[in-house]
Amino acid sequence: MNGLNLFRIALHALSNNKTRAFLTMLGIIIGVASVITMLAIGQGSKGSIEKQISEMGSNMIMIYPGEASTGGVRLSASEMNTLKVEDYESLLTLEHLSAVSPLVSSSGQYIFGANNYPSSISGVGTEYLLIRQLKLASGEMFSEDDIRTSSKVCVIGNTIKDNLFPNGEDPIGKTIRFKKIPFQIIGVLEEKGYNSMGMDQDDIVLTPYTTVMKRILAVTHIKSLYASAITEEQTEVATAEITAALRSNHKLGFGEVDDFNIRTQQELASMISSTSQLMTTLLACVAAISLIVGGIGIMNIMYVSVTERTKEIGLRMSVGAKGIDILSQFLIESFMISITGGLIGIALGCSFALGVNKFVRWPIEIELWTILLSFAVCTFTGIFFGWYPAKKAAQLDPIDAIRYE
Amino acid sequence: MKNKIIELVDIKRNFSVGSEVVRALRGVSFTIHEGDFVTIMGTSGSGKSTLLNVLGCLDDSSSGEYYLDGVLVRNMSKNERAVLRNRKIGFVFQSYNLLAKTTAIENVELPLMYNSSICTKDRRVRAIAALTRVGLADRLQHKSNQMSGGQMQRVAIARALVNDPAVILADEATGNLDTRTSFEILALLQRLHGEGKTIIFVTHNPEIAEFSNRCIVLKDGLVDSDVFNSDVRSAAEVLASLPILSDD
Ligand SMILES: Nc1ncnc2c1ncn2[C@@H]1O[C@H](COP(=O)(O)OP(=O)(O)OP(=O)(O)O)[C@@H](O)[C@H]1O
Ligand SMILES: [Mg+2]
Repeated sequence: MNGLNLFRIALHALSNNKTRAFLTMLGIIIGVASVITMLAIGQGSKGSIEKQISEMGSNMIMIYPGEASTGGVRLSASEMNTLKVEDYESLLTLEHLSAVSPLVSSSGQYIFGANNYPSSISGVGTEYLLIRQLKLASGEMFSEDDIRTSSKVCVIGNTIKDNLFPNGEDPIGKTIRFKKIPFQIIGVLEEKGYNSMGMDQDDIVLTPYTTVMKRILAVTHIKSLYASAITEEQTEVATAEITAALRSNHKLGFGEVDDFNIRTQQELASMISSTSQLMTTLLACVAAISLIVGGIGIMNIMYVSVTERTKEIGLRMSVGAKGIDILSQFLIESFMISITGGLIGIALGCSFALGVNKFVRWPIEIELWTILLSFAVCTFTGIFFGWYPAKKAAQLDPIDAIRYE
Repeated sequence: MKNKIIELVDIKRNFSVGSEVVRALRGVSFTIHEGDFVTIMGTSGSGKSTLLNVLGCLDDSSSGEYYLDGVLVRNMSKNERAVLRNRKIGFVFQSYNLLAKTTAIENVELPLMYNSSICTKDRRVRAIAALTRVGLADRLQHKSNQMSGGQMQRVAIARALVNDPAVILADEATGNLDTRTSFEILALLQRLHGEGKTIIFVTHNPEIAEFSNRCIVLKDGLVDSDVFNSDVRSAAEVLASLPILSDD
């Protein structure tokens, strides 16, 4: 018996029972479609988070005052004050850092004419743009001179611009007020949009850190320090360097714990991506279970089908079908069911994922391997679950089968 | 002397039903030569079907030797028997046993499907030839449920013929049919016999024995009588003499 004939016989048997074949397929269709959709959504959100993190600067290092182990406990005032301008200056000379900037911020209301907008002001160094990968759309960044003189100049983000200058006038050269202090706008940043945590990255005003420290907050400590390692790979070395520098600045002896803590974007990235990896795995498990249920559906139907068609099997044997012919016939049937179901499921899963992307606006990413994997799994499912009923059919005794009522 | 096509030596077949043993065949021996038309008769339960199943390699005897075309069937594997059924034996069942929802031609093609040496085109040609021989050339595409009992039985005979077997085994092939159709089938078998086919025909009807050249009667699983008939009647003649009621 040749393969083509077997295919013809199996196709014939399936077309004799179209509804049943389709219902059997449904399990596989749902299984494959859900695997594809779930993985597309999982991969998509993972991809978009990774993209946003790298946009934020994957070699970014953040230094905060206080011990790392404080966790959720509120820091005491003295612990909050451990970072000084000298610390910032000592970091400037470090070998593995490409950029360093302090960050001191304060929140309040901006006023320009009749428009006002609640936001915050960030006191930073000139290298802050580099660290956060911000670019100027127009105007210019303040200079080291501005920092030295604590000048009242600022660079604003798009959200601030849109809210204070709703009529589209050019903000450069205009003076806005923050806590009654006038700031002259000297630059506007390029639009960045929302980040993956849903924060508006354009709701930002940059000014020299000395201005915020002296004129607004009247403090001598720095709230946090931002730095960039030269490359992502050098983040760890840079972190060690920073630790050493700060410890020596703070005169911490051997055995004393750091009075600051360092966070790297790398850590954050791996934390977030491992979380989303876990989510993807969970989604895939749910989907895989539905695929197995689909497979059991095939086994169930094939089993019924073998019992129901015992007489037919007997007849085929009586005209010369061998056990292997019968086995192949039923295997091919379940194979065809699962392949067809798999193909429909892939089509459905892809269009479903695209639908989610279009209508719910979730990021998706359909990767070839997910399609190949789910197709391979459902092919395997068909053969695996079809095997037992097919084997049972093949082992029937011709005379018993043909006498079966 | 013609070839021995079937040789049975002391064939026994026991069935165990619960704790009891039913001895359906209790030692049957006979020889059938090529080109014989043999009827097997006997009361109900005498073991006719059991014997035919053994002859058709569908069932295995409990003891005794069965040579088909000189080959000892006992020594054959399952697969070898399947090939034997495919190439040497044409089996006609009382209940036709056609595939449901399947056309006449596909039913007849079935044995050839399991013969990989026959290509698709050949298969079709041979199936049409077989159906033409049984007078169903105009019913090729009819499905099993669109035919009369006589037509279905003729499809079954065409299916038994299509692989050009050495022996045609028919188990009460006319049992479900009216007199006229029975004679048509019989005339067909006689014609095939005339063409040199060996036919073994199980029946309840003693009249049918008159159309064959040998009649073996079974009783309680043993051969009761085995007579040759020199005065074979022609089914075609009987058919011609029957009043024509309606056209088929
Ligand atoms: N599979 C089986 N299991 C148990 N007993 C069986 C089986 N097949 C046949 N028999 C027994 O064997 C005996 C012969 O049966 P068989 O079918 O050969 O009779 P038969 O001559 O064909 O009868 P009929 O003319 O009614 O068809 C019967 O007593 C029957 O009960
Ligand atoms: Mg019988």
